[in-house]
Amino acid sequence: MKKQFLSVLLIAIFGLSVSLVSCKSKPKDADIKASIETALRMNPMSANTRVDVKDGVATISGECKDELCKAKCAEVAAAVKGVKSVVNYCTVAPAPPPVVVVNSDDMVLSKGLADALKDQPGVQYAVRDGKIVLTGEISKAKWVMLKPTLDKMMSKGYDLSKLTIK
Amino acid sequence: MTLQEKYQELVNTATTSGVRDLNVREKDGVMYIDGEAPNGQTKDTLWNVYDKLDPNFLSGDLVMNVKVSEAAPVTKAKVTTEKSNLNIRKGPGTDQPVVGKAAHNESVTVVSRSNDMWWLVRTKDGEEGYAYAQYLTPEA
Repeated sequence: MKKQFLSVLLIAIFGLSVSLVSCKSKPKDADIKASIETALRMNPMSANTRVDVKDGVATISGECKDELCKAKCAEVAAAVKGVKSVVNYCTVAPAPPPVVVVNSDDMVLSKGLADALKDQPGVQYAVRDGKIVLTGEISKAKWVMLKPTLDKMMSKGYDLSKLTIK
Repeated sequence: MTLQEKYQELVNTATTSGVRDLNVREKDGVMYIDGEAPNGQTKDTLWNVYDKLDPNFLSGDLVMNVKVSEAAPVTKAKVTTEKSNLNIRKGPGTDQPVVGKAAHNESVTVVSRSNDMWWLVRTKDGEEGYAYAQYLTPEA
């Protein structure tokens, strides 16, 4: 009788522990992967990333536009439920070579020069192939003020061979 | 001598004096230097170095567009014309009608500096319009 009770108890404990374990079942890798992908998609910075999950370890790869984006991807993935750790294989896209944005619109340059030289009657101006051509005379003090203003226009350079600085 | 060599000291000065977003490149025989100087003094130093390397800037082979950092917002500027009044215009351009004048040495309120050449200002009389930035000096 006592023995029988004990075996019933054992079976009960065994059954309970099995059901406890099944209740605690972890999210599957595939589900985690899908969740990470969804989370990353919501972040427009990280559109070109790939995700793999194995035993809760997420590996992300692909090209990010900068370091901030790379860090953000890992952060987003780590926040997903069930992710134990994140391996970040994302690469950062090389920065584009600096582009010289030159103002080659002669009309725009001419208008800018008209504004800049309104009070410098001794200086005549022209724009030739995007270059600013100045002729005449100007004092050093005024020229030192004027050149930075002209440089803001981002012309294709200058022809100052006929300009005299007094 | 290449442009790089000619203006090396200028680029070095810009680097060591903390010019941010420094961008140096060449196109069709002209060197372009862009960046943001931490203050007006640094900008003046750079122009002094430029003047030393290329006396009176007469070679015409460098365009230096270094702005002063806008980290500290400018709210007031002094009219630093030679001696005349500064025209305040309806729009950014000398072809725009004059809507007011600010006296030499007068202090004006800077409303916007979104245009490099023409700042939107307001005088103490409440006149608002565009004034040529070259004749305005930010006040601390």
